[in-house]
Amino acid sequence: MGLIELYDISKLYQSDGTEVRALTDVELSIDEGELVAIMGPSGSGKSTLLTILGAMNPPTTGQMLIDDIDVYRLSVEQRADFRHEYLGFVFQQLQLIPYLTAIENVMLPLAISKHSNKEQQLMATAALERVGLGDKMKRLPSQLSGGEQGRVAIARAIVNHPPIILADEPTGSLDTHTGEEVMQIFKDLNEEGLTILIVTHNPENTRYTQRTINIRDGRIVRKGATKCA
Amino acid sequence: MRLLDISLNNLRRRKGRMLFLSLGIVLGVATVVALISITVAMRADLEDKIDQFGANIVVLPESDELALSYGGVTVASAAVDVKELTMDDAARIRTIPNKANIANVAPKLIGEVDVKGSSAMLVGVDFPSEFFVKKWWKLDGEAPSGPDEIIAGSAVAAALGLRPGSQVVIKGNEFKLAGVLRQTGQQDDNAIFADIGRTQKLLGKPNAVSLIEVSALCRACPIEEITKQLSDIMPGAKISALRFAVKSREETVSQLMSFSIALSIIVVIIGALIVFITMLSSVNERTREIGIFRATGFRKLHVIRVILVEALIVSFGAGVMGWLVGMGGSWLLGPRVANLDVNVEFNPWLTAGAIGLSILIGLASSAYPAMRASKLDPSEALRFI
Repeated sequence: MGLIELYDISKLYQSDGTEVRALTDVELSIDEGELVAIMGPSGSGKSTLLTILGAMNPPTTGQMLIDDIDVYRLSVEQRADFRHEYLGFVFQQLQLIPYLTAIENVMLPLAISKHSNKEQQLMATAALERVGLGDKMKRLPSQLSGGEQGRVAIARAIVNHPPIILADEPTGSLDTHTGEEVMQIFKDLNEEGLTILIVTHNPENTRYTQRTINIRDGRIVRKGATKCA
Repeated sequence: MRLLDISLNNLRRRKGRMLFLSLGIVLGVATVVALISITVAMRADLEDKIDQFGANIVVLPESDELALSYGGVTVASAAVDVKELTMDDAARIRTIPNKANIANVAPKLIGEVDVKGSSAMLVGVDFPSEFFVKKWWKLDGEAPSGPDEIIAGSAVAAALGLRPGSQVVIKGNEFKLAGVLRQTGQQDDNAIFADIGRTQKLLGKPNAVSLIEVSALCRACPIEEITKQLSDIMPGAKISALRFAVKSREETVSQLMSFSIALSIIVVIIGALIVFITMLSSVNERTREIGIFRATGFRKLHVIRVILVEALIVSFGAGVMGWLVGMGGSWLLGPRVANLDVNVEFNPWLTAGAIGLSILIGLASSAYPAMRASKLDPSEALRFI
């Protein structure tokens, strides 16, 4: 049994009075320690799938188990706690808080933890050093390049050591070289044991992943086979 | 990092917006503080003026026979046996424990005299005290400049054909009518006023006084207390507090306070609306940010705390600033705008109330925006979909 199990997941939206089917009967299993790419064209439902995987978007039907926890049977607040404990997010366009420095952005998930300020500093510093930004901790996002911002976003995702990282188009706004650097960081983190799911439309990124799941019109058309490392 | 740090950082970043938000509260609190300070000062000023401008205690001898009367004292011939007070009693009034509250003592000797063949009421007064206590007196002519000059009420002057400058003979003594009182609508219209010393001689009652009108400043002590103290030093006299004067004063002050309160409520509502709209707009602007908070595990209460702490910090600062501006305005403008004779005083309760009110406005007006923020769907907020 995988770390993440999706059973018969469907998602319907109402849009201007008409029903839009974003996902249809999605069955998926992701093992602990996998680095998976979810690919598909715009509007294929890949981002919807990521929000469902992120415990933020209850499916219309189906069940999702993460570490044997039936996530969508938890209350809204329990799901918030679950996200805090299990998931790290790298958002589309990175979504750094502009008025917080790099280290403060990384410390954000720790603000609601029981860690002391000193412990938080140490954890955030370690995360930033892990992504190679130990010397730019006090800079605001506006003072960092796109690639550096991406690394801060990754550091924020890993700072409280969640077992799963979900990334939505993490290289979408980066040039090829910087995008490769970011993907290499994901690969390194995966080699350290993290389970990582990356939504991307860039086929080049699949060079770094072990498996590619293709999604089209809300259906998984290819689950891919795990590549040998 | 704590939630407080997030609030503080956001305040630092959005200085302009927070300044605007603070301005709304500062204006509201400053207006309320200024209105209350000035109203309280005006009340004190008004109380003093009302107390000074009219007698609020009357000391009478023990008799209540009424025929021809002035201030409750019978002056008809049938009541000549009424026991009279003395000038010593008048002097003793300024010896009571609350003597500092005695603004004026106006003794009077009242008698009936014959003028030009008609019966008239003669009131012996101490003119300086009388003019002090009766600021509303308006004279045609002049105020008496010596004991040989008198003034007459409008009705008695008309009845006897007296004009300023007329010579008036009372009991064989000739007086000059220095002035005629304009109509007061009171008993003063029917009386002739002469120096109390001369009146005592004319009526053959040396040192006698029929009644004493006392103006007491009742702001610092209850009128009942002064009345009791007067009773203690003049056990044979009847001491009456003029409740209508006190009631009238209370009513005037009460209307002033009501006006201030009504205006304050309007200003507070406007201030609250400014805070509400600003916070709501701030929450809308921060949708993505709140989405990040929620996605990374912030509970609804965490989001509410971030926003309410911001509101608390801003409203506390704005409350202090509003109090300073309000008090500054009262100190600078109060004496000029409101013609205050008394100073606006520091009131710790007003200070605490102003800051408390400011915090209340800030928190109450931010409650809905905070709740709304906490309910944001993180996936919608981040526009994943």
